[in-house]
Amino acid sequence: MKPRPFDYARPDTIDEAVALLAERGDEARILAGGQSLMAMMNLRLADPSMLIDIARIAELGHIRDLGDTIEVGAAVTQNRLLAWPDLTAKLPLLAAALPFVGHFQTRNKGTVCGSIAHADPSSEIPLSLATLEGSVVLRSTGGERVVAAKDFQIDMMTTARRGDEMITAVRFPVHTGRGVAFREVARRHGDFAIIAIAAVIEGKDFAQIGIGGMAGKPLVQRIVMKELKSEIEALATGFEDYEDLHASAALRRDILRNLAPLVLAEAQACAA
Amino acid sequence: MRRVNKDEKSRISLTLNGRKMAAEAEPRMLLSDFLRHSLGATGTHVGCEHGVCGCCTVQIDGTAVRSCLTLAMQAEGRDVKTVESLAGPNGRLNTLQQAFQKHHALQCGFCTPGILMSFTDFLSRNPKPTEEELREVLSGHICRCTGYAGIMAALKEAVGIS
Repeated sequence: MKPRPFDYARPDTIDEAVALLAERGDEARILAGGQSLMAMMNLRLADPSMLIDIARIAELGHIRDLGDTIEVGAAVTQNRLLAWPDLTAKLPLLAAALPFVGHFQTRNKGTVCGSIAHADPSSEIPLSLATLEGSVVLRSTGGERVVAAKDFQIDMMTTARRGDEMITAVRFPVHTGRGVAFREVARRHGDFAIIAIAAVIEGKDFAQIGIGGMAGKPLVQRIVMKELKSEIEALATGFEDYEDLHASAALRRDILRNLAPLVLAEAQACAA
Repeated sequence: MRRVNKDEKSRISLTLNGRKMAAEAEPRMLLSDFLRHSLGATGTHVGCEHGVCGCCTVQIDGTAVRSCLTLAMQAEGRDVKTVESLAGPNGRLNTLQQAFQKHHALQCGFCTPGILMSFTDFLSRNPKPTEEELREVLSGHICRCTGYAGIMAALKEAVGIS
């Protein structure tokens, strides 16, 4: 189908974009890559009265090394981050996770920040950001605030972003030299994941594990590697029943029980 | 700042296959419809209209994207290429197209324009891909005729995998 009519604005600066958001609030939506938003509008699941196209705002097009973190601007596409020469060295978890995001053709246009703003519960980029304990930079006419990933995504497609705010960037903590792995189970490669798992090894005894698809938002937990089996069992049974047409809660638990040890083993092997 | 109200038509200019073109459209006009209905470039096909099937894939500034998930406004001033750009001026098919013909990589041909535009972008960045990489890019397209075997055979020949 086609989207319903909407006003279109293509501001040249962030200031112009947030001024429009202040004027139109929740009725307006930010358009960056549009790989989720345009599909939802075509299906009439989203019906904004205005689209604010930020893709050409030059000050949003950066991938910046801030030392401890890498900041990715809101106009940076997923394939641009994937092709960033320092990605494997500085953000190895993203290097492992990004190839699972949609397809080559959608990654060409879909943005890193757009995926975080969309906040799909099975989505790879929000899961990676949550696992790494990164943060989201929000801007409104009132100024800027930085929100930790765990406080940003509240539930399925629900975030802490206010109606007058836009994401200008996300910050991924650098995790050089630590073992990482990312895997997911989907009906087809590139489809929405039923379960997605990210793992980062922390020293000899611990691992940070992030799980997508078991709740309305990514679940992140630090686990003791010695207690791996019981920790994973506790994770699998501890979650509330989250299910949809594609997978029952029982199937999700089974996938988690079987996939998590593989991902953690792969992360450990990569650390060694 | 470019700003257009919802019921207002504005003139959108872009370069299509090397030629400057323009037409009037409302903000809600998808690039896929703009190409087909406003500019008459019907080589681009529209399948699912929500980004899943890949039929409508075109290139904007050399990058393969879904034209059904792109507004005509977003392509304003850009360099857009469609399947019509691939064959030579005398209608001679390019290497990739010839391989598709040779290996029967299409039956109805509805999905073919999108697949060709995806791989024209991908192979320009990665001229010696592995079979796995070819499959990964092809997974962004749905073909309901061929079972993909002919398409893979054509792609492999085009990149020199025997």
